[in-house]
Amino acid sequence: MNPLLAISDLSVTFATDRGHVQALDGVSLSLNAGETLAVVGESGSGKSVTALSILGLLGDSGRVSDGSIEFGGEDLTKVSDQRLREIRGNQIAFIFQEPMSSLNPVLTIGTQVAEPIWLHHKKPWSEAFEQAGELLQRVAIPDAVKRLEDYPHQFSGGMRQRAMIAMALACQPKLIIADEPTTALDVTVQAQILSLLKNLTKEANSSLILITHDLGVVARYADNVAVMYGGRVVETASARELYKNPQHPYTEGLMASIPKLDGDPGSRLYTIEGQPPDLSNLPSGCSFHPRCPYAQDKCTMTKPTLSEVAPNHLRACFGYER
Amino acid sequence: MSDSNILEVRDLQVHFPVTEGLLKRQVGSIAAVNGVSFHIKRGETFSLVGESGCGKSTTALSVLKMESVLGGQIIFDGEDITHHSPAQMRGIRRKMQMVYQDPFGSLNPRMKVGSIIGEPLRVHGMAGDKAQYHARIKSLMKTVGLLEDMAERYPHEFSGGQRQRICIARALALDPKLIICDEPVSALDVSIQAQVVNLLMDLQERLGLTYLFIAHDLSVVRHISNRVAVMYLGKIVEEADRDTLFQTPKHPYTKALLAAVPEADPELEAQRAEQLIIGEIPSLRSPPSGCTFHTRCVDAMPICQQQAPDRTTDGASTLACHLYP
Repeated sequence: MNPLLAISDLSVTFATDRGHVQALDGVSLSLNAGETLAVVGESGSGKSVTALSILGLLGDSGRVSDGSIEFGGEDLTKVSDQRLREIRGNQIAFIFQEPMSSLNPVLTIGTQVAEPIWLHHKKPWSEAFEQAGELLQRVAIPDAVKRLEDYPHQFSGGMRQRAMIAMALACQPKLIIADEPTTALDVTVQAQILSLLKNLTKEANSSLILITHDLGVVARYADNVAVMYGGRVVETASARELYKNPQHPYTEGLMASIPKLDGDPGSRLYTIEGQPPDLSNLPSGCSFHPRCPYAQDKCTMTKPTLSEVAPNHLRACFGYER
Repeated sequence: MSDSNILEVRDLQVHFPVTEGLLKRQVGSIAAVNGVSFHIKRGETFSLVGESGCGKSTTALSVLKMESVLGGQIIFDGEDITHHSPAQMRGIRRKMQMVYQDPFGSLNPRMKVGSIIGEPLRVHGMAGDKAQYHARIKSLMKTVGLLEDMAERYPHEFSGGQRQRICIARALALDPKLIICDEPVSALDVSIQAQVVNLLMDLQERLGLTYLFIAHDLSVVRHISNRVAVMYLGKIVEEADRDTLFQTPKHPYTKALLAAVPEADPELEAQRAEQLIIGEIPSLRSPPSGCTFHTRCVDAMPICQQQAPDRTTDGASTLACHLYP
């Protein structure tokens, strides 16, 4: 079976005041239909840029300098803007972190949920609006039909994110990309929103890319995980395998540094020394080497590429002695 | 009040006015903190947890008298500070310092780091002569793991984790007894959070500090706290020592909150039955009648709508819930 989405060797650069910054450096990922892939990493790891480049939303300063993004037989890095507009919101939908800034404050919720249906499925407005009501019901907004006339400011944070999910589902997309969808929400609401998203994508057999920094969220909702660091994918595996058997020193450190609810309270937490790297000034070789307890001379000179350590478990590391 | 307590808060009430129109006529008020009582023992870490709008930060700010207190009593280090004037509070704040959530917003971008850390010394007239002042700054920087030569740099040259170290050094400048930490790690990257949590625990041990810790991340709270109080809509619903609260949570809200936090373990998560709490936090403008949690509670009974529960204790936990009369 061909994957739904296959990113190969993707490199993205941004033109900034301080020269070119390479935000992604040879990123490869693939995603099957119906699968949930979590992309995890810290600020500046390139997880959001990966998502934005799928939709061609890099803006004026960003440019795909190398690689391809295969989706449904097309290379999204090569298609026209016109074609991308047909795909966006239709076959690929996006849910952003901050629902308040991604909803238009002067349009009603109903208008915004109905718009993609009207635009992409060429339905008459009345029919699209009716479908918007059904969608709001599916995302469990009470009094859905009545609330179509509300403006975003009349919705709470959790309800706005539900409305965003309704918009994302409107055209039955094959792929939904959610970039930190619950970071701005409280934990009890986060659990509601993520379960809803997971259940609805499963029902529709859509795929989900979940971008997050929260390893708990990954454990609860993801099938597969890609760990990013310094603009590269450093490890990919199924969620179970990754947590049980992390193979990259960065992943291992990350797992060890979070306090567990069944851990030993008051003990010293494991720390990864140093800071996440600055993309405009990446360390040579493996960009994790200055923080890596196992770094050897080779790591400071050559970039490791992804290679298989177990079936479907890849890591970019020269191997280290534990 | 016993000598072992550094802080005691009794029946704290903090209300915010609701105003209307051009003249800002007051038309009502919001009870942001509504009858909160707790005490903190010397040398321990006491955490207030809850979701946004539960009043945890307001409670902390009113301990510093940075919010005006409508009712109740605040006793700090044996002294009733409830009605202290701003001038009297200056002396008290030497002994109570704060570390904020956002290490970007809480450092003046135009001041050098050394000057930021030394500012409390200058403000409180404790700078001494030049040599003493600079020596103190150096030693503070060393204490929090910053290099001495960083004193001449500006905040923007530092990462989030280092900035939080600068904030902690500034809070330590006056040798405070109590440090209020309002979400000190939630703005930081995962790999940096552990560094700051370790630093806070080291400092507590070395300097005998007491922390009032405010956070929503329950795994960090469990790691660092001795006792924990869970707040909901301006009230403490459950308070217990750490192990009791995390191993045998009793209040339905505490249970729901713990269940909502995903564990970083897919196998554990697969076994866990998903227990979703319904609805969202009601508005403080029109809080529900009776027990304010009844609209979302899975165990709600008829009485919960009518009557606010009293606080009861069984020795291990203090609860405000009709299930535990």
